[in-house]
Amino acid sequence: MKRAFPLFSIVTVVLLAYALYQALVVAPTERTMGDVQRIFYYHVPSAWTAFLLFMGNLVASVIYLIRRNPKADALAVVCAEVGVVFCTVVLVTGPIWARPVWGIWWTWDVRLTTTLVLWLIYVSYLVLRRFSDSAQTPVLAAVLAIFGALDVPLVYFSIWFFRTQHPQPVIGGGGSLDPRMWHVLLINWLAFSCFAFLVCWSRYRLELLQREVEQAHAMESLAGAGVSEKASLPLSRSTR
Amino acid sequence: MNSFWALLSATLAKDIRLEWRSKDALNSMLFFSLLVVVIFSFSFDPNAEESREIAGGLVWVAFLFAAVVALNQTWARELRNQVLDAYRVSPAPANSLFLAKALGNFLLVTVLEAVMAPLFIVFYNLRALGPAWELIPVGVLGTWALEVNGTFFAAVSIRTRSREIMLPLLLFPISIPAVQAMVEATRIILAGEGAARFWIVLLLTYDLVFTTACLGLFERVLNAE
Repeated sequence: MKRAFPLFSIVTVVLLAYALYQALVVAPTERTMGDVQRIFYYHVPSAWTAFLLFMGNLVASVIYLIRRNPKADALAVVCAEVGVVFCTVVLVTGPIWARPVWGIWWTWDVRLTTTLVLWLIYVSYLVLRRFSDSAQTPVLAAVLAIFGALDVPLVYFSIWFFRTQHPQPVIGGGGSLDPRMWHVLLINWLAFSCFAFLVCWSRYRLELLQREVEQAHAMESLAGAGVSEKASLPLSRSTR
Repeated sequence: MNSFWALLSATLAKDIRLEWRSKDALNSMLFFSLLVVVIFSFSFDPNAEESREIAGGLVWVAFLFAAVVALNQTWARELRNQVLDAYRVSPAPANSLFLAKALGNFLLVTVLEAVMAPLFIVFYNLRALGPAWELIPVGVLGTWALEVNGTFFAAVSIRTRSREIMLPLLLFPISIPAVQAMVEATRIILAGEGAARFWIVLLLTYDLVFTTACLGLFERVLNAE
């Protein structure tokens, strides 16, 4: 396990470098948008990775609520944190591309709005975890994750209807993608997923270590207070 | 099942009696939304045409903010004297407590809306061009959408530090589709453009989904340890 981490890091770095070369040099230049279209190779893979991570957060939260396994809770935190980072990348690269191509930074289109609301929900998830340092935090956070998952389809439908009522000319739907572009996109996605996995992996180890430290502190103060060492605390007592 | 309704009505009656005698929440909500009405009308200074377009948004934002004022008090009241802990160790069903609290808040905000609606009409010179009766289902469903999730997240935020700030941070992102539906439905009815049916159905779906979710998960929140 210990050797796997550096090995995987090297693979990820090589893959990211190769994907960068593919996106900036190998991929053909788009006919109408020009070079600015290349941001697509960062925007879309980040979005897919973020959605995967949010899905992971939901699954981990449900598992935590059923099994009360503290490791599932740690996984949920990690997925939410890294997911918010990738979602932020999506929300930042989107307007950078939209400004020269659509002529506007932002539009309240279905996908944009749903992504923004998803981001807001997960930021509130992280705020909840930050503001709550009791043993109940994992349950409360898992419940919030489920509420967020229920909310997203409703947001999607409401905006979809709203925008079909008020049509916007800027939605880049339809059209087909050059097979070479597909190739570069998929390589970039692979590289981004590996990178996300790597970050999650190290963050997960950090989270578990942090919990161990907190538990050790708790045990120490218990022992200091004259309570027998055998009065062990369950792992779920730890915060965050 | 009998004890479920008995508990529900007992808790609801207790909350209503408390509110009736103190009128704390109602007074602060009324004054707060009155301030919102006045400040908004200074900031936008709309004519009759514009008010029809923006009134839906103003009304619901005012009610949303006012509801948060009341929601923050719902559970804080039960923390004193460890009432919630007593409830937890008793065999009483958690959902009857939740439903009583949600219904109590719903009634409170409904009273607020009944008092504030005429004021809005006067200050903004409103006259519905569409079928005005449709505002009733929009109001009922919209208020329930805010209150059911608001009561739930108030129970969540009561467990955190700086709980009064936490409630809107948790509630507002989840409420976005409901608020959009309420605002759009109200705007369509006031301006008389087309049918508000889609938004009413969306509100109904939202209510059904989240009432189920709240009832399914409230016990875990109450007993979270």
